[in-house]
Amino acid sequence: MNTELFPVDHDDLAALHARLTRAADREGLLDLVYRTLDTPIGTLLLAATDRGLVRVAFEREGFDAVLDALAAKISPRILDDTARLEDTARQLDEYFAGARRTFDLQIDYRLSSGFRQVVQRYLSHIGYGHTATYKQVAETVGKPRAVRAVGSACATNPLPVIVPCHRVLRTDGGLGGYLGGLEVKATLLDLEHAA
Amino acid sequence: MQIPFERAVREHGATVLRVCRAALGVGADADDAWSETFLAALRAWDGLADDTNVEAWLVRIAQRKAIDVTRARARRAVPTDTVADSPAPDNDHAEVWHEVTVWHEVAKLPERQRLALAYHYLGGLTHVETADVIGGSPDAVRRAAADGIKTLRRTYAPKTGPA
Repeated sequence: MNTELFPVDHDDLAALHARLTRAADREGLLDLVYRTLDTPIGTLLLAATDRGLVRVAFEREGFDAVLDALAAKISPRILDDTARLEDTARQLDEYFAGARRTFDLQIDYRLSSGFRQVVQRYLSHIGYGHTATYKQVAETVGKPRAVRAVGSACATNPLPVIVPCHRVLRTDGGLGGYLGGLEVKATLLDLEHAA
Repeated sequence: MQIPFERAVREHGATVLRVCRAALGVGADADDAWSETFLAALRAWDGLADDTNVEAWLVRIAQRKAIDVTRARARRAVPTDTVADSPAPDNDHAEVWHEVTVWHEVAKLPERQRLALAYHYLGGLTHVETADVIGGSPDAVRRAAADGIKTLRRTYAPKTGPA
């Protein structure tokens, strides 16, 4: 088909998309909304359900793959809704500017279960600018021998940056691992120490 | 359907808009039909079989929504003697002018040509599927779409390329 003869303006489609999102939201048809956000550590994808922020993803994870996984695990009724995630984006902007130390957001922990969720819920208690070791976290959550399980709970954190798994280090002071890459983990720790 | 709905909007939004504009003209009616199409699609998305041809499915919904919009328009129509003119050509905004006027030219086509163009040529439905939704034979659909395109090409001959 020759579509050059029948051009469709990008702005027209963007306006229709925004109208669709509002109508779908009004009718309660949206199970998930998402947006992307440019930050000093690269573009992040933010996704939320009606219960709260459910996923923060790094570009290296592949946003299409992340959305596919969210569709499979939660619901395929997903639309890009920049407006509904404006507050989350603003708080992240402030965090990266060194002007925010804690996030005031509703969190939906449904992507993690059992011990992983227990660990991830605990991580927000490690304050801005502080760090803990995997071993300390294991002890604090009452499973002192579950150091490796704490490691995997951090590695599978669906809400990096917001749930601060970057504040957990190895006992020898090594950075350990990070889904966004060790450089990103180091950048976040630098930011928090410098601010 | 397991695919994130957003992807369907991004991949097929332009096609559905072309279909709606060919069926209803540029403006609020086409915009309404587009919105109603994707809202209906979103409602049905969970239950849609994974092997569905999403574009053809959307185009068929758009066809039904276009009929709904046409009926609603007929109910609220106010008789008028004057018909709006096409906007005058403006060389500084040639692309915008083209975008508006091509749909005016589509609107001037005989209805069967216009609908064959909408659902077959722009919407990608087969001749048989298009005949199924707009009536007539598949062969008549093929001829109507070809005639419509021929008329438009006469109006919009490419400026470059072989004569």
